[in-house]
Formats: sequence, structure tokens, C-alpha cells
Amino acid sequence: MANLMILAVAESNEGTWTLLLYLGAAVLFILGLKQLSSPRTARRGNMLAGAGMLIAIIVTLIANDIVNWGTIVAGLVVGGVIGGLLALRVQMTSMPELVAAFNGFGGVASALVALAEIDRFDSVFSVETGVVVALSLAVGSITFSGSFVAFGKLNGSLPGKPILLPGGKAVNAMLALGAVAASIWGIAGDATIAYWIVVAIALILGVLAVIPIGGADMPVVISLLNSLSGVAAAMAGFVIGNSALIIGGALVGAAGLILTLQMADAMNRTIANVLFSGFGAVVASTADLGDRPVKSATPDDVAIALAYAENVIVVPGYGLAVAQAQHAVRDLATILEARGVNVSYAIHPVAGRMPGHMNVLLAEADVPYDQLLDLDQSNPLFPHADVALVIGANDVVNPAARDDSTCSIYGMPILEVDLAATVVVIKRSLSPGFAGVDNPLFYMDKTMMLFADGKAAVESVISAMDDV
Amino acid sequence: MSAAFVSGIVVFVLASFVGLEVISKVPPTLHTPLMSGANAISGITIVGALIAAGVGEGAFAAILGFLAVASATINVVGGFLVTDRMLEMFKKKPVKR
Repeated sequence: MANLMILAVAESNEGTWTLLLYLGAAVLFILGLKQLSSPRTARRGNMLAGAGMLIAIIVTLIANDIVNWGTIVAGLVVGGVIGGLLALRVQMTSMPELVAAFNGFGGVASALVALAEIDRFDSVFSVETGVVVALSLAVGSITFSGSFVAFGKLNGSLPGKPILLPGGKAVNAMLALGAVAASIWGIAGDATIAYWIVVAIALILGVLAVIPIGGADMPVVISLLNSLSGVAAAMAGFVIGNSALIIGGALVGAAGLILTLQMADAMNRTIANVLFSGFGAVVASTADLGDRPVKSATPDDVAIALAYAENVIVVPGYGLAVAQAQHAVRDLATILEARGVNVSYAIHPVAGRMPGHMNVLLAEADVPYDQLLDLDQSNPLFPHADVALVIGANDVVNPAARDDSTCSIYGMPILEVDLAATVVVIKRSLSPGFAGVDNPLFYMDKTMMLFADGKAAVESVISAMDDV
Repeated sequence: MSAAFVSGIVVFVLASFVGLEVISKVPPTLHTPLMSGANAISGITIVGALIAAGVGEGAFAAILGFLAVASATINVVGGFLVTDRMLEMFKKKPVKR
């Protein structure tokens, strides 16, 4: 009955025009996302979606009998200033943590909408409204706390390594059951306290779910949290009976889900394995590391190899982001191109800490996007490449993932840099990558190792270039 | 279940499929801006936040409303701005002179 009341309230506030304008906003979201799929139209697409948002906001302010303008203006100003400053000041290398933080804010906003609804109707809801209220609270709160743990891991204030807690999975399962029980109590007993328990449990669950996941698995985690922030918005849409929220939330939920699946695929792992296995927590034995010879190269060796090449493929990894080496790489490429060398960039889907991370960094350094190749485009090119220049990447170029069925990352699609005539690896040490697996690439005859920080190494190669 | 709720479910399911269809073709190069753009769209929850803040009664409702509007606005303003900043950088190779 209460639900009917809510809907009656909503209907009285939402005339036909209001509903049609919300639909218009939703259509702009769809068109915007559609245009985001091509670099040519993407910027316009983002603006279309932004216009849709503006329409939705204005319609909401006009169609409802707003009494507390002060609260609204204060919220808009505070949020606008914080959001604007974050967006305009962030370094491109820090994009993953910023997106994680924004996901978190979206999630908590949806949970707060549900809490406000609880306050307004004193928890007296129909069963279906109670269910979506509980879902908004749970999904929104998990998204919030999970996103801020991810944020901490990405910006280094929390350890990036997986943190395994004793009884992790069992505790999580108990908590999830507890949240379900509290929801049932809340819905059946119109109990406000029960809904707050749902919030508390969900906040803890979000932390416990993300803590055991390692840094290199973050592309999957951020995509999933992105999806959840959409689902939370859609659930809030059910709570207040608003189709714009339901459509916008569903679109984002779907987008995040696709990215999540693509990222997990790119590591040949299931989402469940990424979330629950604590991958990377156990470092594999590296006892035989020192036995094999490694060809350590000087910047001059690398400069000569590059200068006399016809085709060079640069393979960037997370190390490039850490070293902020994107501009130096671009400078090197410009010098090589001036000498008639073809330079392109091969980017693994999970290189970096979020989907497309490397592409954004290279775009920032003015690398044209048509030189950025994905896995399927670049692998056929490696056999024709004279030099594959690997900067700060490891697991994604590990031939063992292709050749050694005993290796823990066996089956993960890799960039086949070992098929290039010469491989140059710029890396600080021989230490294994995130997966804890030794990389046979480093010991191949055709591989030159340049041991240094990515940016310093590329800069020293650039100065060596003068003498070639 | 009320008719409005059921039609909400219909809208949700159809919109999910539209999302899957539209987004499955996005090239990897645009994955980061896609994610932050989508993230900004999830800030549509600001509509709920505005209603909560605008019509709620009492101090507690005001606090919840303010926090909801502020968080959603961070998401919306920050999300669209940072996406625009990123997309501005994506350029095609200049035509060779």
C-alpha cells in the first residue's frame, strides 16, 4: 500500500511533460554512449550525455514542490566545486583512482537516496519497494566502501598487494546472509534499524571484498564497481519510481559488465577467480632466477638497435605510468620517425590499472590514436617488427603464458613480443611481475635488458640517439 | 506488484540490453573515457538526491539530502569534466605535409 502512496505522490508531481523530458534525457544518454564508441565523435557524445543530465536536473527542480532550496544549492555548490577541482587537476596517471573515487560517490549517493526515503516514510514500504530500498542500500554501500579501498590501493595509501584475511570467504558469506536477513526483517517489520544494519554490513563487505584483490587485477575491479554504481542508481530509480534513473543506471550497469567481462577474458580468468582467489598473494619460487645469463644493454646499444630498425613496436605497461614516461616515449618516437622508422604502440587490454589506461597516457603525450594497436591488431605485426620496445610491462608479454602449461598464467592472451627480431626490455630489475611468475623473455638471446626507471632509461636512449 | 513497478522492470531489462548492444562495440582505446563517461551517467541518481533534499522534512532529512546531492554532484560534474579532458587529447595523426 505504501508503495501505491509513493507512486501516487510521484505521479502527481510528474506530469506527462516531465515524464517525456526524463525520457529525452535517457535518449541523450544512449546517443552519448553510442558516440563514445568512436574517437571522432566521442567528445560530442560525452557532451550529449551531459546535456541529458542537465535536462534531468532542471526538470526535477521544476516538477517537484521544492521547499529546501538552501540544502539543494549548498549540495550542488559543494559537490560541483569538489568534482570540478578533482577533474581539472588530476594527473592522467592517476585516472584509475579518480574513477574509483567517482564510482564511490555515485554509489553512496544512491544509498543516501534510499535512506532519505526510509526517513520520509518511516520504513513503511510495500514488499517490492522494501526490496529495492534494501538493494539500493546494499549495492550503493558496497560500491562506496569497495571503491574507496580500490582508491587507496591505486594511490598507494593502502598496500597494492592482495591482503588475505583468515576465513575471508566464509566471513563474507556470513555477512551476505546477515544482510539478507536484516533486509527481510526491515521489509517485514517496517524496521528502520534493520535497514541501517544492511548499510553497516554492506560497508564492511565492500572493504572485505576488495582488500584481497591485487593491484594488477584492478582493471576488473574498477569495471565491476562501475557496473555496481549503475545498478545502485537503477535500484534508487525503482525506489522513487523514476524511469530516468532506471534507464541511466541500467545503461551503466551494462557498460561496466561488458568491460568487466572483457578484462577478465584478457587475463583468461573468470570474474569469480579475480574476486576470490587472492591471485598474486603467493609469490612463486624464483630460486632458479640467477642461473641463466641475461644480456644487459647500455642506452647506446638500444639507441643503435632502434635507429637502424624499420619497424618498432612500443609495448607500454604499468611501469610506464609509474615512471610518468609517456612524454619521453613520445619524444623518442618523434626522433625515430624523423629518421624514417615506423613506430606503433601495442597495448594489452589489462596493461595498467584500468581499461584503456595506457591509451589515455599516450594520448596525453600527443600520440595519435591510430598508432595505438590492440592485442588482435598488433600480434600479427610482431614477426615483422625489428624491435619490440617493452617499457614497464611484464606478465602481458610473458611467453610462458603461451608455451608453458604449468605456468599459473598459462592461457592468458599475450602480446607476442618474442616474435620480433630484437626485444628491448626497459625494467628496473629482473623481479617477476604481479603474477609472481618468472619471465623467460628476459633470458632470450634476442633480448636486451636495460635496467633503469622507465623515464630515465628512455631519456638516456634519446641522448644516445645523437651519436648514432 | 503494482503496474508501475512492473513497467519499471520492463524498462530496466530493455535498457540493459540497449546498453550491452551500444557498448559492446567500443574500441579498447576509448575504454577509460567510456568508463568515466558511464560513471558520470550513473550520477543520474542526482535526480533522487534533489527530490530527497528538496522535499524532506527535519534536520536529519536535510543532512541526508545535502550529502546525497553533494556526492551525486561530485560524480556528475567531475565525471563529465574529466571525460571531456581526456577525450580532448585523443587526436588523429596529422596529415603528412
